[in-house]
Amino acid sequence: MSLDFHSLALTGVTRTFGRRRALHKVSLRVEAGELVVVLGPNGAGKSTLLAIVSTLLAPTGGDVRYGDYTSAMGAALRARIGLLGHDLYLYPELSPAENLRFFAGLYGIDRVEERISMALDRAGLSDRRDDPVAGFSRGMRQRLALERALLHEPRLVLLDEPFTGLDDAATDALVGRLRQLRASGCLTIVVTHDLDTVDGVADRALLLHRGRLLDVANEGEPLRERYRAALAHAPQPAAGRL
Amino acid sequence: MFMMAPFLIDGAPYESTMGLVQKIFYFHVPSAMTMFVSAFVCGISSAVFLFKGRAAADRLAVAAAELTSVFGIIVLVTGPLWARKAWGVWWVWDERITSTFVLWLIFNAYLLLRKYGGAGSERLAAGLAIFGMANVPFVYWSVNVWRTLHPKTTVVPTLQPGMRGPFWFCVTAFLLLYVLAITARAHLEAERARLEEIYLSIEE
Amino acid sequence: MSFVRAAWLVVRKDVLIEARSREILYTTLFFAVACVLVFAFGFVNEGRPITDAAPGILWIAIAFSGTLALGRAFERERQHETLRALMIAPVDRPALYVGKLAGILLLLAMVEVVIVPLVALLFHAPLFTRPLLLVALLAGGTTGFAAVGTLFAAMLVRARSRDVLLPVLLYPITIPVIIAGVRGTAALLQADVDVPMARAWISMLVLFDVVFIVLALWTFEPLMTE
Repeated sequence: MSLDFHSLALTGVTRTFGRRRALHKVSLRVEAGELVVVLGPNGAGKSTLLAIVSTLLAPTGGDVRYGDYTSAMGAALRARIGLLGHDLYLYPELSPAENLRFFAGLYGIDRVEERISMALDRAGLSDRRDDPVAGFSRGMRQRLALERALLHEPRLVLLDEPFTGLDDAATDALVGRLRQLRASGCLTIVVTHDLDTVDGVADRALLLHRGRLLDVANEGEPLRERYRAALAHAPQPAAGRL
Repeated sequence: MFMMAPFLIDGAPYESTMGLVQKIFYFHVPSAMTMFVSAFVCGISSAVFLFKGRAAADRLAVAAAELTSVFGIIVLVTGPLWARKAWGVWWVWDERITSTFVLWLIFNAYLLLRKYGGAGSERLAAGLAIFGMANVPFVYWSVNVWRTLHPKTTVVPTLQPGMRGPFWFCVTAFLLLYVLAITARAHLEAERARLEEIYLSIEE
Repeated sequence: MSFVRAAWLVVRKDVLIEARSREILYTTLFFAVACVLVFAFGFVNEGRPITDAAPGILWIAIAFSGTLALGRAFERERQHETLRALMIAPVDRPALYVGKLAGILLLLAMVEVVIVPLVALLFHAPLFTRPLLLVALLAGGTTGFAAVGTLFAAMLVRARSRDVLLPVLLYPITIPVIIAGVRGTAALLQADVDVPMARAWISMLVLFDVVFIVLALWTFEPLMTE
């Protein structure tokens, strides 16, 4: 049942919603142990990209491969993917322990209680483990949500704006966690606006602009400058639209 | 095919004189048969669309749903008109017309869903159409049994020999009209899809 | 991850959440009772209730409160996009449907435990002369309604106008269920209980349930993914 892969390859992926083209011939390759950051203005298609990579959405054109596998592998593939969305996917009426226990059950994790305790320690929520999540701050929820996404030790980690609402200590902890993921051979894709934080952590930065994926220069100035440069050079739509 | 439509009206003089009012029967029943055929077409093409993802099937489904609604209106209007003259009341809880009413509601719900459901509602509507089609025997059976508990006026009379000719003629005419209409409607949808494609390709 | 286990986990989670706040349970119960009362005022003539109205009122109350409960249950999953988290989990998608369905059935069972005696009381209707048949009828009818309702509510989660579209879609499709429920209950209320009739309606409901649950399991995945 256990399936594994060491690369992610998108080839010419397109996704349209009626008249709107959210992604336009996006091609991307990520190897195990790489951390890729996807930047871009709002509405550029970042959420759509993550949805497709996480198998929740089918592309209208193009191909997505996980090693030699495709999303047709279904549940076996999903077991190796971890997704942290903007909405956190936590049940507010349940406690952190209960939330984790539920998802641990769905993912068929063994040594559940032990793993939950470790996860809560990492999130710094051990003292609040039985309080309903509804009472937590955004930062606390974010830390818990991250642990939930990583509980089953996925091969492919997809994070949508993971730094939102985190204070400095938590941000540092997350950056450390990202480095760990890289070191352990995960394929990590982080979508963020937080240019300064990811500067230095990412192996590569990509810009998603109006549905197209562009490279951001790798070396040289700080990420912020390179991002601005890439944005300035992005192709503009033709003048005189219908 | 347009030739058939005028013949429809021409067919009327062949009917035997069972009372002028009874002639509405020649529109009422073929409309009902066409409506059921259309509902079936919608259900099947919806299933094809949902499981095979062929956009052409979806276009056929929406065309069929609209025609189900239209022919349904014809049935539901001619029914009471006939009932009023024949039995003095506007509505008779006849099992056929009641079942038609329910089916008509289901396919109208399909159209409402497509119109107001927002993005992605084509698939959801397809699911509804499949459920609607599966429901037909249940609706008919339950209304039938329910109805027999209420003694009511006569149901659709059995066909006298003299009427069979014109009747089947009308059925054929209606079905041909239907085929014409659905082809035109599905074609319209196809043109719309092409327009969207062109719109998209401009942005290249 | 077996199908049954996944469904069980979902039910357990829903029960746990509901046990905490009991929001859906209390509001649905209250709504059902209010429903029965409103209809009662419509049908009680000079202080003497029309017994014939009892079956209709019972089943309408079940349908209305069921729709409400379904809407609320899926709104909850929509709020924090937890439905996404469920979809991405390595479980058979239809198992999620079964889990949700079981949860709704439990809820509606609790509502019926309250309003069935209430209707019997208010309308002087001898509903309990054949309790087993009554339970079979209620079980068959509620399952049919909930089976279709759970699928529709789930598929509408990402649609616009979902609140009004759920009843618009659900009621026409579940008309056979309502007919069967009402006529079956009426058969049980007759002075000389019409057992064969009641059995016939129960059989139809069981067939309906089987057909539509199978259909729902079959179409759940394509309808929930894009």
